[in-house]
Amino acid sequence: MNEHEEMVAADGHAAPDDHAAHNVAKHVRKYLLVGATLITFTAITVFLSYVNFGTMKANVAVAMLVATFKAALVAAIFMHLSNEKRLIYRILVFTAFFVLGLFFLTYLAWYDPVTR
Amino acid sequence: MEIPYTVTARPDTGLWNAKVGIWLFLASEVMLFGGLFSAYVFLRLDANPGEWPHGLLNVPVGTMNTAILIASSVTVVLAWAALKMRRYRAYWWYMLVTILCGVIFLVVKLAYEWPQKFEHFGAFIKPDKLEKYEQYLGNHHLAERGLAPRLEISGHLENKEAINDPNAKEYEIAMDPVNADPTNPNMDRPHFLYVPHTEKIAKIEKEDVERISSFGPWHSAYFASYFTITGLHGAHVLGGVLVFIYMWLPVSKRLYKRNPEHLANRVEVAGLFWHFVDLVWIFVFPLFYLL
Repeated sequence: MNEHEEMVAADGHAAPDDHAAHNVAKHVRKYLLVGATLITFTAITVFLSYVNFGTMKANVAVAMLVATFKAALVAAIFMHLSNEKRLIYRILVFTAFFVLGLFFLTYLAWYDPVTR
Repeated sequence: MEIPYTVTARPDTGLWNAKVGIWLFLASEVMLFGGLFSAYVFLRLDANPGEWPHGLLNVPVGTMNTAILIASSVTVVLAWAALKMRRYRAYWWYMLVTILCGVIFLVVKLAYEWPQKFEHFGAFIKPDKLEKYEQYLGNHHLAERGLAPRLEISGHLENKEAINDPNAKEYEIAMDPVNADPTNPNMDRPHFLYVPHTEKIAKIEKEDVERISSFGPWHSAYFASYFTITGLHGAHVLGGVLVFIYMWLPVSKRLYKRNPEHLANRVEVAGLFWHFVDLVWIFVFPLFYLL
């Protein structure tokens, strides 16, 4: 009897199916690895912010690139988006569309065909 | 009344209901924070040279808080995994660590980072008087290097009463290192370690000052957006912690005994919210602390 089965017995509950529980057990290492990666990349972001890439714009671009990578890791692994049902993706496509529209409004604020 | 589809999938969506619900909610959250971030972009890109400050926040403390939030994201997903494996003890411990991480994050923010800002003052010098305070601003040096000018003298305001005293003629500011030694090339860029203000006092005539205030949200567009976004983010952390406490208390053990998969799904949904809060911080940290 392995540790997992022992715990199940001790709690007096069977997992919904043993296959699913084993899958979760496999993922635990992955979660720890992703956590370590995220903290490493936090350190990298801090370090890169003190490197002079020429202009502030370049530094912002580099930092946002790293942040986007980290955010993608959180979304894909912790939030299970790498393996989700179609309905969730549909909701997110809408969200992406509207949030891009929101940032486009900011861009429009500078678009002044009369004076520029 | 029995709430339907808490553990089984609804045939038409293929998902249990709370999963759809939390993603719709997170979609609205994306719009909420998206609006604030686009305001940040607008304010920052529209700022004149020297108006957007750099290096005013404590980077080591911010880095630590980032790591704490990431660690709590790991523990909450491990808590969920423990429930899936029906290991309640492990779940209880992971949840406790998650709650503690959230509390530490909030305490650092509310008891240390924010109050420090309210004790720190900055005086914006009138544009035509900048030359008079060149010894504290070092703008000739900055111009030679093609860097943005300094418009402000900051540090600890020794005579706070002068702000409201019509008879007071000048402010006495124990300057931050940037103003105490402005032509030192070391001061051209922000530092990693937080350096406290020096003992060197600048006397600034009140009539040369455009405006003076503590580093609160009223100080500048930078601090207005900093307090708005970190404030809203902090409110989310608080909300998450309260929900986690509920799921950690004995009342949830009863649900576990009745229907463990239901509790696991609740934790998954609360976890999704928590990861989103972590994700927002991943952008907040570089934008406000580092750049």
